Amino acid sequence: MSENWTALLYLVAAVCFIFALKGLSSPSTARVGNLVGAAGALVAVLVVFAAERPDRLVWILVAIAVGGAIGTLAARRVAMTAMPQMVALFNGVGGAAGALVALLELAEGTSGDLAHLAVTAFTVLIGSITFSGSVLTFGKLQELVTGRPILFPGMRWVALATVAGTLAAGVWVAVDGEVLGAVLLAVLTLALGLLLVLPVGGADVPIVISLLNAFSGITVAASGYVLSNTLLIVAGTLVGASGTLLTKMMADAMGRSLVNILFGAFAGGSTLGSTTESDRPVRSAGPQDVAILLGYARKVIVAPGYGLAVAQAQHAMRDLTDELEKRGIEVTFAIHPVAGRMPGHMNVLLAEADVPYDKLKEMTEINPEFRTTDVALVVGANDVVNPAAHSAPGSPIYGMPILEVAHADAVVFLKRSMRPGFAGIENELLYDAKTTLLFGDAKESLSKLVAAVKAL
Amino acid sequence: MDGIALLTVFVLAVFVGYEVISKVSSTLHTPLMSGSNAISGIVLVGTIAVAAHTESTAIFVLELVAIVLATVNLVGGFVVTDRMLRMFRARGRKEREPRA
Repeated sequence: MSENWTALLYLVAAVCFIFALKGLSSPSTARVGNLVGAAGALVAVLVVFAAERPDRLVWILVAIAVGGAIGTLAARRVAMTAMPQMVALFNGVGGAAGALVALLELAEGTSGDLAHLAVTAFTVLIGSITFSGSVLTFGKLQELVTGRPILFPGMRWVALATVAGTLAAGVWVAVDGEVLGAVLLAVLTLALGLLLVLPVGGADVPIVISLLNAFSGITVAASGYVLSNTLLIVAGTLVGASGTLLTKMMADAMGRSLVNILFGAFAGGSTLGSTTESDRPVRSAGPQDVAILLGYARKVIVAPGYGLAVAQAQHAMRDLTDELEKRGIEVTFAIHPVAGRMPGHMNVLLAEADVPYDKLKEMTEINPEFRTTDVALVVGANDVVNPAAHSAPGSPIYGMPILEVAHADAVVFLKRSMRPGFAGIENELLYDAKTTLLFGDAKESLSKLVAAVKAL
Repeated sequence: MDGIALLTVFVLAVFVGYEVISKVSSTLHTPLMSGSNAISGIVLVGTIAVAAHTESTAIFVLELVAIVLATVNLVGGFVVTDRMLRMFRARGRKEREPRA
């Protein structure tokens, strides 16, 4: 295939990717967009085969078949509640592939000028960080590793030494094009990825996933420069832009800077908070009492959080919504940008339970509505409704925009226990006179509520 | 292609990316992550290009590993995004997916 045809078809693929992202501006066009993107990818892969005519074609096809089978199986089997882990892992393998391809291109000996070698070093660096950081994030989300920030004595010095070593190895690669230096760089940056994610707590994971998403895109864009492939540059840059924007949105939604989120634990452990249960008196009630509260309301707003995902309670949530709507009650959902463990986590869960997406309202849109709401039902959320964000300047979440559930006439919390949320901060709202608590697993509590509302 | 031309492509892509992504509905942030993630799997094209003519067996084997990883990312990403997007429906449309 002539070079011009190859370039032209790569352009077609790049345009397909842009349409894929453009489709996501509305749920009604998103699915078609995604299919267009997949078609673009298929075109690009066919083109590279036609253009390169690989020597050992069979082996390459086998590798693709294996990867395709693993990817399809994983994608079809994964539970919607486990989506953050899945995305983290996919980010990681993409980063690893990018780092590996840059490293091997260097080993091939097709070395170029300083700029080319520097970008090669950068690709290895960012790809390795993406890989190890993503695998650790996966471990944290899958609860193979504790979700709390992990710090060890002297960690700061270990981190500084690793950064210094990384810079030295990077310069070595850029100046000499030394393969050994690139391997060293890969090892050091794998460690760096771990050091980056270890101190990050569970509630900050949405930021880290977005950031790693951006990194995986940047890896691909950089590898495109190394291989002189415009498609990789365009595709990688699109992903990088998407990850960067999401990271910024998440950081804004937390009212904190990215630096504070990533390195806050280094600075003073303020995000560690406490894990102790408080023994202050609260008003707890049984499902019947809460059902009466809900069943005779006119307007109910649900504020879901990570607890909904952990308990896999999205279907029970939908059943309760149906029961309440049968009674003519208006039910909407208030979605905080960082509720759950990744951007849009709650939206996907509720979509799986077949809750129409137009019932899900963004924070800025729904906050004025709480004043005219009879009952705010908080399901497995804590920090995103914690008024300490407004009132306690010393609190780690101070300044974070929250869902103003306190403005509703009554607030009901479905909670497993009195343990504070992930940020480990007491929630004054739990002790408020208008608050009722229903203890138990979110799914069980919701099922009991469905039965109790039916019986009214 | 020379470095400056590649840089030009990169800079223009930054602006296109920013424009397109800033219009994405917040309801779809998770599919955006998994979908953009799938797009980054296109590094597969790069891995195939390098694997195509290498003389060294060691490099070829490592390239195969990279191909597997990139394909997992590419195929898995698009499939999982499709699975998610199938679930989003507007109010009033009655078709329900069978529960898993």
